[in-house]
Amino acid sequence: MPKILEKYELAPKTHYLKVEAPLVARHAEAGQFVIVRVNETGERVPFTIADIDKEAGTITLVVQEVGKTSIEVGALNQGDMIHDLLGPLGTASEVEKFGTVILMGGGFGNAAIHLLGKALKKAGNKIITIIGARTKELLIMEEELAKVSDELVIMTDDGSYGRQGLVTQPLKEFLESGQAINRVVAVGPIPMMRAVGETTRPFGVKTIVSLNPIMVDGTGMCGGCRVTVAGETHFACTDGPEFDAHQVDFNELVKRTRMYKPQEQHALDECRLNKKINELSNETANAGGK
Amino acid sequence: MNPQERLKIPRHEVPAQDPDIRRNNYEEVAIGFDENTAIEEAQRCLQCKNPLCMQGCPVSINIPKFIAEIAKGAMDEAIRTIRNTNSLPAVCGRVCPQESQCEKTCVLAKKGKSVAIGALERFIADYDRKNQISKEEVTVSSTGKKIGIIGAGPAGLTAAGYLAKLGHQVTIFEAFHEAGGVLIYGIPEFRLPKDIVRSEIKALENLGVEYSFNTLVGRTITIEELLADHFSALFVAPGAGLPVFMHLPGENLCGVYSANEFLTRVNLMKAFEFPKVDTPVFCGKRIAVIGGGNTAMDAARTALRMNPEEVYIIYRRTEKEMPARLEEIHHAKEEGIKFLELTNPISYAGNDNGWVQEMECIRMELGEPDASGRRRPVAVPGSNFTLPVDTVIVAIGAKTNDLIMRTTQGLETSKWGYLVVDPETQMTTRPGIFAGGDIASAEATVISAMGQGRRAGKAMHDYVLNR
Ligand SMILES: Cc1cc2nc3c(=O)[nH]c(=O)nc-3n(C[C@H](O)[C@H](O)[C@H](O)COP(=O)(O)OP(=O)(O)OC[C@H]3O[C@@H](n4cnc5c(N)ncnc54)[C@H](O)[C@@H]3O)c2cc1C
Ligand SMILES: Cc1cc2nc3c(=O)[nH]c(=O)nc-3n(C[C@H](O)[C@H](O)[C@H](O)COP(=O)(O)OP(=O)(O)OC[C@H]3O[C@@H](n4cnc5c(N)ncnc54)[C@H](O)[C@@H]3O)c2cc1C
Ligand code: SF4
Ligand code: SF4
Ligand code: FES
Repeated sequence: MPKILEKYELAPKTHYLKVEAPLVARHAEAGQFVIVRVNETGERVPFTIADIDKEAGTITLVVQEVGKTSIEVGALNQGDMIHDLLGPLGTASEVEKFGTVILMGGGFGNAAIHLLGKALKKAGNKIITIIGARTKELLIMEEELAKVSDELVIMTDDGSYGRQGLVTQPLKEFLESGQAINRVVAVGPIPMMRAVGETTRPFGVKTIVSLNPIMVDGTGMCGGCRVTVAGETHFACTDGPEFDAHQVDFNELVKRTRMYKPQEQHALDECRLNKKINELSNETANAGGK
Repeated sequence: MNPQERLKIPRHEVPAQDPDIRRNNYEEVAIGFDENTAIEEAQRCLQCKNPLCMQGCPVSINIPKFIAEIAKGAMDEAIRTIRNTNSLPAVCGRVCPQESQCEKTCVLAKKGKSVAIGALERFIADYDRKNQISKEEVTVSSTGKKIGIIGAGPAGLTAAGYLAKLGHQVTIFEAFHEAGGVLIYGIPEFRLPKDIVRSEIKALENLGVEYSFNTLVGRTITIEELLADHFSALFVAPGAGLPVFMHLPGENLCGVYSANEFLTRVNLMKAFEFPKVDTPVFCGKRIAVIGGGNTAMDAARTALRMNPEEVYIIYRRTEKEMPARLEEIHHAKEEGIKFLELTNPISYAGNDNGWVQEMECIRMELGEPDASGRRRPVAVPGSNFTLPVDTVIVAIGAKTNDLIMRTTQGLETSKWGYLVVDPETQMTTRPGIFAGGDIASAEATVISAMGQGRRAGKAMHDYVLNR
């Protein structure tokens, strides 16, 4: 079982995990992901490979708590084992010399674009990075991104850091500035990726997004991850997860990711309840021990 | 007993749980013979000099011999006879399409009353598991040869067992976190209890076979790397993993599943126990399953156990042409599944939240026979009708995944995407790499996959020793 070598909080509810997985590290490239299961009864959930150290045989995951499984992953500690980890899955990002590339990140996406940024930089591209967060303390990977970027723009919804507003504002400014923008890559929440696509569409700039539909096996076996791109069905786990933002049917994607909302809510409530019960019983046990 | 007396004994049918009870549980439907029934059924066998039954069995089990041994009560001999050529008898006795294999060619079949070979095989395998009469002991010394198996389905498991017994060091690379292939993620508990599959797999571990789970060959490691890492031969058995969809309007609505996804959620991930386990599955009130094979029957009967109002099987030909095992069709009907024959879906429509709400179907009629000899279904113009549904399960077949072919040099595939193999040895177009099961043939049965695994095992043994 893969061991967690390093674990800390990057921001509230956002965890950094460095995992020992030599075979995965050996083959992984930017844009790929792994599927993880936390325990015997756990769900199989995908996480993007956020960094790779081929020599040390490690990969890094950046996990945001959104529901039961991601909370459980977040609760793992240094030294713990990950029950199952499969990868690298999916098709790697296209990396070549495009010219000027704008990388857009939100949430865990900042980690993903960091890895891609390193590869694109090495391939000789000029990198402009635009990242955003609701508020300052949720912004992650700023320092690392600054290193790979020729220019870094930070946006917060509340103006607590960088400029106030959405990431699409500076994006539009760059597009309108007249300088050549050869490619845009966005990784983050669906509404953000969709807005990026809409912003670049009138300018005809090739825009890549990393889709995150619900997955089971991650190998092409179940078809649960189907997305419609350019009117055709694709399996995101094998054909993707990266697709042309201008061709993606985002409406369908949004609806499909909500398929298990009631069940997820139930699992989350139960998970919170159990956590509460554990805390209470620990308190009682501690009190009793005194 | 003389043949006349034998012929007088009526065929014993396998008892099953009452349909009204079993549709509410996941326990095994077919109950199996008790010892007396088995012995009596075994006495029906005429012990033919030229046993036609054996020609119908893809692994050529010595059927008259094991049946004669059951009739004598020599159960240990009977199980040994079967295990000689079949390493998963408890599985085959349950899932083989006997009526189109051994029981079809049995001489008594002409009178419609073939010996219940499958049920007897199942009986003796279960008897063995209960009483532990056959102990596999391997005494051969190690050959020092490393052999890799890709995929832990019936083909891979069979080859692994065969080669381990000959003293090779065998490692199975499996993408999932558990071994068994379709036996674990596809075929449901009520038809093939997972304890049985697991105990057969355990037996392999006792032979020294090693498992490397969570290893997707082609991604986690490549065949080229395995060969460089001193594997003397490889057996490629990843099954035919890709689900086929019909590309109809609305097929990506929420509530529309492939059978693979639906069954994997329920079987491998145990979604029927949600929220005790974390993987959910959605099963509504009105379910349509598209297709007429084993997969369709399994999906429909699994859905039925989640308390819906109506489950339909929608099939474009008639029941007669359905590729599913007879027993499954029979059980499905008994349990109350409605069969809409000569019907094909043409589109799905959903509500504002993107959930499937109804499907449009068209009636079919049978025209001229096609290449497979089955009469081709053709749509009857103007016969469209709609069916309200909230869950659709598409079970119209599978294609091969080309991941391994793409990442390995020199592997040729046929027009239909199957790996090209030598029918005698199962060797692919690249020396040292063998293949079998659903990746290499369209036969798609457990026993043919096992037969190919065994054949490959033999050839691989020769190959690695003669190099
Ligand atoms: C290719 C890919 C890469 C991803 N990379 C990352 C990453 O690097 N960091 C990160 O924090 N998250 C990532 N995600 C999203 C992450 O997989 C989900 O947040 C996680 O599965 C949620 O599970 P949960 O039990 O915590 O939440 P749930 O309560 O189960 O669900 C919350 C939301 O997560 C989504 N989700 C649920 N189950 C799955 C599933 N099996 N597969 C995919 N999505 C699911 C649903 O859309 C749902 O709305 C990625 C998803 C994909 C498909
Ligand atoms: C629902 C269902 C019901 C069925 N019912 C019957 C029945 O009643 N009777 C019958 O005879 N047949 C039945 N079949 C068909 C039968 O199950 C298959 O023909 C048989 O399982 C094929 O065996 P296999 O070993 O080739 O592949 P599989 O059983 O498909 O196993 C392949 C294994 O390889 C793994 N794998 C795939 N790719 C890779 C990779 N790249 N690296 C590592 N591992 C990989 C998979 O995860 C899987 O575990 C049924 C099939 C289904 C789907
Ligand atoms: S393995 Fe299948 S075909 Fe062969 S004897 Fe048993 S049931 Fe019949
Ligand atoms: S053909 Fe039928 S009757 Fe003859 S040996 Fe085989 S099982 Fe017995
Ligand atoms: S997750 Fe199953 S096919 Fe993509």
